[in-house]
Amino acid sequence: MKNSYTVALAGNPNTGKSTLFNALTGLKQHTGNWAGKTVSLAEGKVEHKGKTVRIIDLPGTYSLFSNSTDEEVARNYIVFEKPDVTLVVLDATSLERNFNLALQVLEMTTNVIICINLIDEADKQGISINEKALTRKLGVPVIKISARNKTGFTLLLDTIDRIHTGKIVCTPEIIFYDEEIERKIRQIEPLVREYLEDSISSRWVALRLLDGDDSLFQQMEKRLLVKGG
Amino acid sequence: MQNGFQQKTSVSLGNLYAYAQEISDDHMRDKIVQNLYKKSQQLCESSVIHKNKKNDKRTEKLDAIFTSPIFGFPIMIIMLGIVFYLTIAGANIPSSMLATFFGWLENHLTAFFMYMNSPDWLHGILVLGLYRGTTWVISVMLPPMAIFFPTFALLENYGYLPRVAFNMDRIFKSVGAHGKQSLTMAMGFGCNAAAMLSSRIIESPRERMLAILTNNFVPCNGRWGTLIVLASLFMAAGYTGGLKSLVTTSVIVGIVMVGVIVTFIVSWVLSKTALKGVPTHYTLELPPYRRPKFFDTVIRSSLTKSLSVLSRAIKVAAPAAILTWVIANIYVGDTSILMYIVNFLDPFGKMLGLDGFILMAFLIGLPANEIVLPILLMGYLSTGSLTEVDNLVDLKQIFVEHGWTWLTALNMMLFSLLHFPCGTTLVNIYKETKSKKWTFLAFLIPTVIAITVTFTIAQTVYFLR
Amino acid sequence: MDEAKVIKLYDAKIGSFIRITSIDLEGVMRRRLLDLGFVRGAVVEVIRRSPLGDPMAFRVSQTTIALRKEESQRIEGELV
Repeated sequence: MKNSYTVALAGNPNTGKSTLFNALTGLKQHTGNWAGKTVSLAEGKVEHKGKTVRIIDLPGTYSLFSNSTDEEVARNYIVFEKPDVTLVVLDATSLERNFNLALQVLEMTTNVIICINLIDEADKQGISINEKALTRKLGVPVIKISARNKTGFTLLLDTIDRIHTGKIVCTPEIIFYDEEIERKIRQIEPLVREYLEDSISSRWVALRLLDGDDSLFQQMEKRLLVKGG
Repeated sequence: MQNGFQQKTSVSLGNLYAYAQEISDDHMRDKIVQNLYKKSQQLCESSVIHKNKKNDKRTEKLDAIFTSPIFGFPIMIIMLGIVFYLTIAGANIPSSMLATFFGWLENHLTAFFMYMNSPDWLHGILVLGLYRGTTWVISVMLPPMAIFFPTFALLENYGYLPRVAFNMDRIFKSVGAHGKQSLTMAMGFGCNAAAMLSSRIIESPRERMLAILTNNFVPCNGRWGTLIVLASLFMAAGYTGGLKSLVTTSVIVGIVMVGVIVTFIVSWVLSKTALKGVPTHYTLELPPYRRPKFFDTVIRSSLTKSLSVLSRAIKVAAPAAILTWVIANIYVGDTSILMYIVNFLDPFGKMLGLDGFILMAFLIGLPANEIVLPILLMGYLSTGSLTEVDNLVDLKQIFVEHGWTWLTALNMMLFSLLHFPCGTTLVNIYKETKSKKWTFLAFLIPTVIAITVTFTIAQTVYFLR
Repeated sequence: MDEAKVIKLYDAKIGSFIRITSIDLEGVMRRRLLDLGFVRGAVVEVIRRSPLGDPMAFRVSQTTIALRKEESQRIEGELV
């Protein structure tokens, strides 16, 4: 078992993602370069259960469909750098839009925690969220926290640890589309799987292919070339 | 089609893509996102209960005030004024306390060097050069930064800044820019180099380039010191106490306004010429107001922003201070290298209502604006009779002895406001634009404007005299 | 009032609710709007205008988003 592992923080802007990042890592932060070289991401550390958890703060984005550099950076990190756990931070007071991003992450990777932040704010506004039902529906842990008041951190860190040690197995719910899209996915996914050999979710890649996300394919070609020699 | 995938890997990825495009259709993205939102809605409907009908009354009420047609703009101007006033008035006392402390320490350092019988040049480089240069930067820069950055972070975390972008967008649009440019400009008050990175919040390329190229016209923290000192010495000279701070503040606001006007003119010209193109996409989120964690915000912004900007300033200030002392004290014939440079620049400086020392200071100060004023003083002092600057009265004395008038002060303030960006900012511009051409333009445009404006003012005043 | 009166978002009154029927924009702007929840069938509330009349703020998928005239004129929907 490794003594350190990586957790990536994804989320919409204005969800308190930075507050969570700051609260978890304290002042032990630095800006580290990663594979992309040109892009630097804030990185911090937290010790938990005798292990060092490296936390990477991804840019806050509305989606991961590579409409902007920030979105590409966040998406590339999750897909290609493969953090051990991806934490999606959601704003409890505007879950509808926040789920849009969370669902995209669930399509991309397996070890995901849905972290509903600003739960104190939601309480004030009379919003109650059934996280157990959401956990069942999404197939990954859903945890309510308040980064501001530092509540829910123990459960959050424990859950991260349990995913890392394999005590919790994430089985993200598959999002089904209209029959027309599903038919096209069925046409192309087997070919993708043959090609990628499970290194990346073939269903997700199939969807991105259908969507015509050429920046992803440039990225894939670049990385495959690097791997090949 | 399927057979194509049995070929070499590098080929089949392209084939996969082409095949997918063949079976896909025009609005695939629409359908995907619609599906995702439908799913989001289902999740919310089944697992989230809203007890109140209206969610966030507080945000709505506050928006009715902050973005109101009547109060929106006055509140913005008052906020800007308050932040400046807090910074200027609040920084005065700690600044002079630090200066006194460093002066006291310098005496002891000098005594120590004499006790050790160390050579004059060593004392000169280390104490008169390095020590004075860096302690100046600390005592002038640290207090205002320790007030400005946290205050701004509080406004940012509270959620007020996007409202500024909302209110200002119509104005920015009229010059082809983005309302969010008001936010990168706000960041520029702290540090232009940092504002280059924050320009990423503007998604569309053209508006982002405008924000990058014009950010320099917002005086950064490194220039505040210069502006505040000169404003209080020469513009608010006849006033005392609270009124003095108020006059200083108004002068600074006036200077900022000049910077804003230049920003608009340059944005407009660029958007009609070099950056001509279709007005691009615009969206702006207005997040709910949230009371920030006061102490967390203050401590974090002090530690991360203020200290990092300060340490950068010191890193640059130290070598520049040593360089200045060295060239001021190496003589070729009976003239120091510094004086050769100064004499060379002097005629041009005079044309701009400045002098050779001032231009020399701006040139050596290219790495960081923080060190322009200390270098200028070192230049003056190496030829003048005063050896120590204990307070602002002495400081003014030095300037006046070198022929300064209010015109010199005004033009130095304007030159500082409008001149080329500092070295760090230029490096960041290159990193963000990845273009030598645009980085060079980011240097050239302000320089030309600074020279033109100061030249025009100086010549007008000379003519009227 | 007509039952299915189609109007542009830009022309809608403050406080009205509109169900989006069409978005006549392409490229990045269209994709950005989709990400923010401006999808066909979504209900948008018109919140307020900026002090100078433009941009306008809309409430969509539980968040407030401001759009310029250029864009809000090209999004249509029916009053609900």
